[in-house]
Amino acid sequence: MKKNLLQRVIIIAAVTLLGLWVVIGPRHRPTLADFTPAGLNNTLRENINLGLDLRGGSHLVMQVQVRDYLTRLSNDTAVSVQNAAREQGYDVKEVRPETEGNDYRVVLVANDPSKVSEIRDQLPNRVSGFDPNIWTAGVSGNTLTWEMTDTAKTALANRATEDALKIIDTRINALGVTEPTLQAHGSASAHQILLQMPGIDDPERIKQLLKSESRLELMKVVSPSNPSPMTSYPTEEAARQSLGGTVPSNRRILAYDERNEPTAGGAPTPPKPGEPTAWVVVETPAVVDGSELRSADAVSNNPGAGDDGYQINFTLKPTGAQKFGAWTAANVGAYMAVVLNDRVQSAPFIKSQITDSGQISGNFTKDSANGLALTLRSGALPARIIYLEERTVGPSLGADSIRAGVTASLVGLALVVLTMVVYYRWSGINAVVALLLNTIITLAGLIIFDATLTLPGIAGIVLGIGMAVDSNVLIFERIREELQSGKTVASAIDAGFDRAFVTIIDTHVTTIVSSLFLFVFGTSLIRGFAVTLVLGLLANLFTAVYVSRTIFMWELSRKQGRVETLSI
Amino acid sequence: MFQILNNVNVDWMKHRKVFILISVVIMLAGLGSALARYLTPGGTEPFNLGIDFKGGTVVTAEFKQRPAPEAIRDALAAKGVSDVIIQPVTDKAGVVLIRLPQMETGEATQSGDTQVDIGRKTVAEGLKTLSGGVQIEPTQEFPAEGNAFRIIGTDAVGAVAGAALRNQAVAVTLLALVGILLYIGFRFEWTYGAAAVLAVFHDVLVTLAFFSIFQLEVNLTVIAALLTLVGFSVNDTIVIFDRIRENLRMHRRSNLYDLTNESVNQTMSRTVITSGLVFLSVLSLVLFGGQVLRGFSVALFIGIIAGTYSTIGIASPIMVWWQQRLEAGRAAAPPSGTRGAGGGGGARQRPTTGARDAKASAAAR
Repeated sequence: MKKNLLQRVIIIAAVTLLGLWVVIGPRHRPTLADFTPAGLNNTLRENINLGLDLRGGSHLVMQVQVRDYLTRLSNDTAVSVQNAAREQGYDVKEVRPETEGNDYRVVLVANDPSKVSEIRDQLPNRVSGFDPNIWTAGVSGNTLTWEMTDTAKTALANRATEDALKIIDTRINALGVTEPTLQAHGSASAHQILLQMPGIDDPERIKQLLKSESRLELMKVVSPSNPSPMTSYPTEEAARQSLGGTVPSNRRILAYDERNEPTAGGAPTPPKPGEPTAWVVVETPAVVDGSELRSADAVSNNPGAGDDGYQINFTLKPTGAQKFGAWTAANVGAYMAVVLNDRVQSAPFIKSQITDSGQISGNFTKDSANGLALTLRSGALPARIIYLEERTVGPSLGADSIRAGVTASLVGLALVVLTMVVYYRWSGINAVVALLLNTIITLAGLIIFDATLTLPGIAGIVLGIGMAVDSNVLIFERIREELQSGKTVASAIDAGFDRAFVTIIDTHVTTIVSSLFLFVFGTSLIRGFAVTLVLGLLANLFTAVYVSRTIFMWELSRKQGRVETLSI
Repeated sequence: MFQILNNVNVDWMKHRKVFILISVVIMLAGLGSALARYLTPGGTEPFNLGIDFKGGTVVTAEFKQRPAPEAIRDALAAKGVSDVIIQPVTDKAGVVLIRLPQMETGEATQSGDTQVDIGRKTVAEGLKTLSGGVQIEPTQEFPAEGNAFRIIGTDAVGAVAGAALRNQAVAVTLLALVGILLYIGFRFEWTYGAAAVLAVFHDVLVTLAFFSIFQLEVNLTVIAALLTLVGFSVNDTIVIFDRIRENLRMHRRSNLYDLTNESVNQTMSRTVITSGLVFLSVLSLVLFGGQVLRGFSVALFIGIIAGTYSTIGIASPIMVWWQQRLEAGRAAAPPSGTRGAGGGGGARQRPTTGARDAKASAAAR
């Protein structure tokens, strides 16, 4: 008995000290200042990982519009197929992409039905970038249909999301955001990305930079060469009429901002639709695109003019430079459109062969040019992203929440302690010790598992404390009952703990089971609640049963087993 | 020894019809409120769903001096946002919550802006048109001149995300209940588990009834509260079921009806103290927990009352009724054939509990 008691006391003391050290022990060589109230408060704040709702910051959920990506892939493939068919001399009536619902198809209509099988077998080898794993061919009459397979859809969509995640990561790092959390969010088929940025409570500029697609394309304008002026049309409709009413798949009509106003807010947002003053027709596919970029920098074209009058200078990678060099050599005098996110930024004519560098001019401000250069360098997003959810918490609001949560917890705790001591006398003190130890162990568990304390997490701690009190009440009530039935103090305590133990296990395991469901399937908010609750319950199995019983054992052994009354 | 409840002897089960009637009336009132609101054209929604579940934007702005709500509403109307709800925060002098309705249909606008992008910008622009309206950073101090404001928080949820969060909340709650059912079914009897889960359903429904009748806002923190009260209510129920199981082992002769009454009475003192203490904690949350936790605290406040009540008034009677029906059914059936290999000698009189007794006492060891 004596030896058993000593062993228990040693274990409890060790757990308490370890817990205390984890919670309020500084992570550096301790100084005397660390043990003042202010120092302890500081250390506590450093040790506990506070959630955004408590420390302030932004929480953004975005979604990659993978349908855009698959649609664009279908359109591009259709253009490539048509060009290849023309080069190979097949008699093709039309090639068109068909994208409706979740189906993506490239449809080729041949004039001669007997040629269709030959086209199906031969043409794909001639189309650059045509992946037979993506498309399955089907023939019906004079129509040849390539349909995107479901596996390819999933794989491509997932890859687009992964790429977007990488690009956003690059942009976030370039912006110098401290301690960001960036991860896939929700189920894989949701294509969502979660970004948390502590300390940033107005994410407007960052949001714009992140969602900016920054798709750069250099394209040939359909127009007589310089010195004739470039052909442009006052409306989109006029441009379409010039093509005979329908746009063939190797042409595109793009808005041309002849006078590009500096964009406000520093982000390279495209001007609102409806504003463009002119439209031009360009040839697809592009000569080179943003994936061939090696560098992009914002440069003032008039140093000393302040923050206005910036442009982007870019250089191309060797492969892009080769393509671009060959094209410019063959097209001296032609107009070339510098297209950013489907809008023509500028349309200079080719004076002579250009190999690896160029510029995007368009009256940028310093901020918008820097933002654009940054997004160009990080690469184009594979698809549009939209924001589904945004939560921002200012530092004062977070501090208020902490204060309110802590005040409520402390007042609640004080009321509980008072009631326990009044109702159960000395045994109540026993429960209070167990409660305090429970709180310490719960916090230590949070720190050890590097979990985040959120506002619902504080609610979880409150519930854990509630269940801890309940365990003590259960045990004490049981001991009282056993005493009333005429047992001696020692055997009443034994019976009380043994009987109540079964109940405590049942109540705790039930709650832990339901919390596990919350943790696995819940949102981050609910997860924060589940974590602290489970930690509190586990701590409670130790404190309410083991610690509390040890205190009773100690009291009994002090009186040498001749105890006749118990203060309960 | 200071004891408030000693040797309670109440025939709780006798009043079971009254208990169940009261609960049914409250739940029907809630259902009536929800249905009436749903069916009234142009009326309010069945539940006052917060932006977490419905989509929309809430901007928390702090003014040096809070302008009149009408002034803010007019300023925003001038920016093209109607149906704005202005909600001054009672315990913070300069703080106001500005609620904007869902402005998107689920797809992004042409410029790629979604609900999330529109709200904060529009509100900031609108507030700047107020007299002396200057926006400052959240960390900045208010300047001496003029009536500056700062935006200290925003919550914006798009329609798609709102629907997803709503479905997830419902699914998670139901899954947690299934987990509880499985565990209680494993440790006790399936009837016990079903009764406990029914009681928990009752608590959730009663709480929701109050939220519908008084049009309190349902948001993510309310879901957290519902989960918390599920925990408490099941806890309460298990304590009594545990005592019933123990009493069954000790007094094999008495019937389940009397045993349940006895068990409820034996644990009454624990029920009152624990519920009272939890009630005190929740009360302090309601009073001191602040604006952000208000929904959570109120839901828990109602739920704790419902949970304590349902343990005695709902879970126990249902369990007794169900178990007695089962036993009557099995007694009527021929003794051989329907019985498995589980029953021992003592199980002949008490077919359903005998096998479990052996299992439970094994588990207790």
